[in-house]
Amino acid sequence: MYETTYHKPGTLQEAVSLFSEVEEAAYLSGGHTLIPTMKGRLAAPAHLIDVRRIPELSGITVGPDRIIIGAATTHATVAASEKIRALIPSLCGLAGSIGDVQVRHVGTIGGSVANNDPAADYPSAVLALDATLHTDRRSIPASEYFDGLYTTTLEPGEILVRIEFKVPEIAGYAKFRNPASRYALAAAFVARHRDGNIHVAITGAGNAGVFRWTEAEEALQARFEPDAVKGLLPDENDLMGDMHAPADYRANLVGVVTRRAVENLGGILIE
Amino acid sequence: MSKVAITVNGTLHTKEVEDRTLLVQFLRDHLGLTGTHVGCDTTQCGACTVIVDGKAVKSCTILAASIEGASVSTVEGLADGEKLHDVQAAFHEHHGLQCGFCTPGMIMASVNMIERHDGVLDEATVRHELEGNLCRCTGYHNIIKAVLSAAEKHRTAHAVAAE
Repeated sequence: MYETTYHKPGTLQEAVSLFSEVEEAAYLSGGHTLIPTMKGRLAAPAHLIDVRRIPELSGITVGPDRIIIGAATTHATVAASEKIRALIPSLCGLAGSIGDVQVRHVGTIGGSVANNDPAADYPSAVLALDATLHTDRRSIPASEYFDGLYTTTLEPGEILVRIEFKVPEIAGYAKFRNPASRYALAAAFVARHRDGNIHVAITGAGNAGVFRWTEAEEALQARFEPDAVKGLLPDENDLMGDMHAPADYRANLVGVVTRRAVENLGGILIE
Repeated sequence: MSKVAITVNGTLHTKEVEDRTLLVQFLRDHLGLTGTHVGCDTTQCGACTVIVDGKAVKSCTILAASIEGASVSTVEGLADGEKLHDVQAAFHEHHGLQCGFCTPGMIMASVNMIERHDGVLDEATVRHELEGNLCRCTGYHNIIKAVLSAAEKHRTAHAVAAE
């Protein structure tokens, strides 16, 4: 790792000012992507601005139809939250399926959602649960937030502060993991909202990152049962093909995990 | 450079270190505590697992400066003189190691697991919770036996203490 200067601001204002004052800064949360990337010298920020001491980024607030999670909340905290489990058990299950125990003790929801790794779990929940991303300067609807591989519409220096999820009528999450890396080869978050709308978000498979699978949504809108998506496959030209799995295999997996998510509403299925 | 104060195995250590210093480097290079191993150096193998403020973490992926003021437990802090910690004794008794390289991380992850679950563990949970620790020799069976045995001892000890 190249040399860097570590900062630990206590307020949002301090963090944002610091980012604009210094050259080559990066925000640090759990660091479980950024630190390995820096160790591999693929990133070399001259300044690291740790956002975990900023009070606005902590805490979980639950309302009757909303769950608001501070961006610096760890995966372990979300997985163990009884308040969240009572309303969206699949979100706890998703958080508990990320990485391993040690990773979940440090990695954060904000870090995952800001990094937008195409194989990350949380972006699928953000899209399917029609979340709103609150930053230090504005609120961004999920539909306008993800912008391709490892890219979001966050501006340079903008800090993701809180993520507000809509509580659905019911939701399910199913993931098929790469047996070595344990990252999703394909995963589906399916939610039926209280207004009757069904959202299907797919992660791990898209060549532009997480996406809403509208054909499956229409099929499930007509009939909310697992076999409603039988025979339905996304266009493999829109999917990743790599050494882990070719695009046609991923297309089939997308169909499988979507069906399994509907079979496991109120929970998760991880394979 | 940052002045970093961290309590390790009950002793407060204050050191002037580069900001890029990883916790595992702080422990091994600055404090000479080489029981914590660096295996993969990529957050996968878990050989560097230590407990920070009650949570098992991978010390190769945490900056020392970021845990200023924290309390860290490493494998060196477990035994009481010549008397091994129950988890260490169980690994010895059940032969939960061959080369021993992963063992400090396995043991710290297991100590933390048993504490978090208050000793109430079954085989499936132990296997699931050890996903972040890789052993390339033993094939895990004896490691699982050791953790379950230490967990049972923990439960028994706490049941006696409660009476």
